[in-house]
Amino acid sequence: MYKFSSKLKTFSIALMVIGILGVGYGFFSAPKTVEDVKEMLHDSHDSHHGGESKAHLEKEALAKIENHGHEADASHGDTDAHAEHALHQLQNRPWSALYVSVLFFALISLGVLVFYALQHVSQAGWSIVLLRVMEGITAYLPVGTVLLFVFLVLSSMHANHLFAWMDSSALDPNNPNYDKLLVSKSGYLNIPFFLARAVVYIIGWNLYRHLSRKRSIAMDSASNLDIYKRNFKRSAGFLVFFLVSESMMSWDWIMSIDHHWFSTLFAWYVFASFLVSAVTTIALVTVYLKSKGYLENVNDSHIHDLAKFMFGFSVFWTYLWFSQFLLIWYSDIPEEVTYYVTRFNEYKLPFLGMVGMNFVFPILLLINSDYKRIPWLVVMGGIVILAGHYVDFFVMIMPGTVGENWSIGIPEISAVLLMLGLFIYVAFTALTKAPLLAKGNPFLKESEQFHY
Amino acid sequence: MASHYEAPIREPLIIGDKSYHDITKDVAAPVEGKANKQWWIVFIISMAAFLWGAGCMLYTIGTGIGTWGLNKTVGWAWDITNFVWWVGIGHAGTLISAVLLLFRQKWRMAINRSAEAMTIFAVVQAGLFPIIHMGRPWMGYWVLPIPNQFGSLWTNFNSPLLWDVFAISTYLSVSLVFWWTGLLPDFAMLRDRAVRPFQKKIYGLLSFGWSGRAKDWQRFEEVSLVLAGLATPLVLSVHTIVSMDFATSVIPGWHTTIFPPYFVAGAVFSGFAMVQTLLIIMRKVSNLEAYITLQHIELMNIIIMVTGSIVGCAYITELFVAWYSGVEYEQYAFLNRATGPYAWAYWLMMTCNVFSPQFMWSKKLRTSIIFSFGISIVVNIGMWFERFVIIVTSLHRDYLPSSWTMFSPSFVDIGIYVGTIGFFFVLFLLYARTFPVIAQAEVKSILKSSGENYKKLRDGNHE
Repeated sequence: MYKFSSKLKTFSIALMVIGILGVGYGFFSAPKTVEDVKEMLHDSHDSHHGGESKAHLEKEALAKIENHGHEADASHGDTDAHAEHALHQLQNRPWSALYVSVLFFALISLGVLVFYALQHVSQAGWSIVLLRVMEGITAYLPVGTVLLFVFLVLSSMHANHLFAWMDSSALDPNNPNYDKLLVSKSGYLNIPFFLARAVVYIIGWNLYRHLSRKRSIAMDSASNLDIYKRNFKRSAGFLVFFLVSESMMSWDWIMSIDHHWFSTLFAWYVFASFLVSAVTTIALVTVYLKSKGYLENVNDSHIHDLAKFMFGFSVFWTYLWFSQFLLIWYSDIPEEVTYYVTRFNEYKLPFLGMVGMNFVFPILLLINSDYKRIPWLVVMGGIVILAGHYVDFFVMIMPGTVGENWSIGIPEISAVLLMLGLFIYVAFTALTKAPLLAKGNPFLKESEQFHY
Repeated sequence: MASHYEAPIREPLIIGDKSYHDITKDVAAPVEGKANKQWWIVFIISMAAFLWGAGCMLYTIGTGIGTWGLNKTVGWAWDITNFVWWVGIGHAGTLISAVLLLFRQKWRMAINRSAEAMTIFAVVQAGLFPIIHMGRPWMGYWVLPIPNQFGSLWTNFNSPLLWDVFAISTYLSVSLVFWWTGLLPDFAMLRDRAVRPFQKKIYGLLSFGWSGRAKDWQRFEEVSLVLAGLATPLVLSVHTIVSMDFATSVIPGWHTTIFPPYFVAGAVFSGFAMVQTLLIIMRKVSNLEAYITLQHIELMNIIIMVTGSIVGCAYITELFVAWYSGVEYEQYAFLNRATGPYAWAYWLMMTCNVFSPQFMWSKKLRTSIIFSFGISIVVNIGMWFERFVIIVTSLHRDYLPSSWTMFSPSFVDIGIYVGTIGFFFVLFLLYARTFPVIAQAEVKSILKSSGENYKKLRDGNHE
């Protein structure tokens, strides 16, 4: 049985405390009124070039779409409107910072759950000794998804302006905010349906996680393969549900932030991003537990396999990142290309930097077979990959919520620390709840003897 | 590689009481025996189709592309449909030999040789279309960036059609090398068994003096792994580049970012269906049922089901985003597919690709050989129509209604397609008579862990 070391526990609680203080500070320091913003704008005047060119481009793009209405910010030469726009963005900043972290960690545990289901349906023989590690990490899923849901409910109640489409004035033809494009999407993008969908995905995923964990514990003392077979079938069913729910989840929770923009590849791209983060997390937790002497059946071949998946999925992520970027850049269709124009103009460093972190670094580090067996190299690669995919989510979400007013400062870092502390606390608590070796799986012996 | 222990729950991959020698004999039998009457009948039919197709190609080149059914609006139809279809079919071969190798799937060993052969023959068919669909194919070499007397006039590297040239030629060469390396120990086996001097000479040449020393095997394994690692991104990028012929355009229905992974999924889907079609026949006529077992067929069906579901998810994504985009051209493109003059093709494609693989959820159906054979044909028809629907329905009605038109193929379009099918089977039939169709060296490596007799022996002693 694993014992949650008091050091790690204290560490995770410290992370949460620091995180909460920082997040609190982020909310406290956000400007309250337009006057505050005007003052801030006055202080730093030269950072606005990008913002204006983006708004301009967006306007131009909208004009190309034949059935557009009055553009949202048609007459925004006016400084008041400009300051109000900036106010919303600045007020969004602590919310967005929190949202990126909440989403990122929830999706990591979801990714681990998918990887776990894949191990079952593919009848993998190498990974059985790691199943309990995966189950421990997915214990965060209920916590993470409920937090996420609370966040979405708060957004729906207009506690923030993350999802511009939630502003009902955009549907009113007499309002200056009227957005005809949004009206055509309102059959899908409306608050009740949005929340109902979230409920369905969250219940679906958690149901599978709950039942598969229960079956896994029951299998430890089972005398036949009935439970194993049921697990196999349920896992296949979950993967089908996941394929559909993941696509819709990406449209809802991420793509709809830039609600004028659309891309068919987007959902799969998001999937690749959190799947590689999930495998990396499994590898990091495994290396940690192994170093503490808990996983006696895990050898360097298991680490090697995990590192191969980190390598492979990193390349896969890059493939999808590049495909989506290339196709939109190449055709240069105005209503689509604004997405990348914004990112390229205002987020150049994170946008390009993440390719270095998510592709160049891991591919150079992890191509060597020997390196994939060396725990500290895997950990180093893993930390860079995780940081890189945090940046990926940051670049997906921030441009549509805080625009040019982004930075990685106290609110962002604190939000990550808070969620990381919670994640460690929940996952490692769950690891103490059951033996770290899942018995009763017919492939257990293959996995114990696994050598590559 | 993984250790020799195998969980008792895994089904045996080699049926019956086989020894190493039995494997050799079974694999060598079709090569050492004589062709029967059926083989000749099928061969002659294929040859006739090929010759007819070759005639159509020559007619096209001699007379002009106007002999095809293309018009000013629809400049691509059967030519590129067939091209993408054949390239897609080729992908399963590399998937089986490379991706399944990376995932340590032992069951690939009985089918990788034929799947790779299928890849190569399918890519050869595909490679014909980029040349013959040119208006001036004799200028085809201009696509290559070679220094020349026009002040070194070069190609424009921005066109996906040029990327196609690099992708397909690299794909063919790497697949060929990968395949041939794997063949060395098997050719050596045929060389060592040959009784007639001519055969001995031929297989001696083909096997490059393979003598099977420990050091050779060690390097052989390493090369296979490296090539598999290279072939996997290659296989993804090749069909990605093919998909970019459409996706980089601004045509509604073509310009969509999901095409790269979705075309790859479709390629795996159609490719596996073709492998299924061929192997179900081959295991019967070449008496290889002990190696290509029902489990192999079932596993291939599962892959068809999974990739079919991914393709289905992509269809739905495209439909949703077309609606969600609010772009009326995009919305019309999909409305036109579902209800326009080619709706029959669209619904045929939907039925074949989205609904038919879902039958595979039933264990009873996916372990039925007849049913699997039927579905594999249905999928290939469906995937042909997928490419046809994407290409033709997007082109025949797009931005300007004054340019709307229809497309119908001429007999030359059809003749060339039939010809490539004939050519494919000519090559495949010759292959089946002269090549070791199962990688005997690989199959022997799993005999003791996955052979039925050995499994029984082990599990009998167990507990």
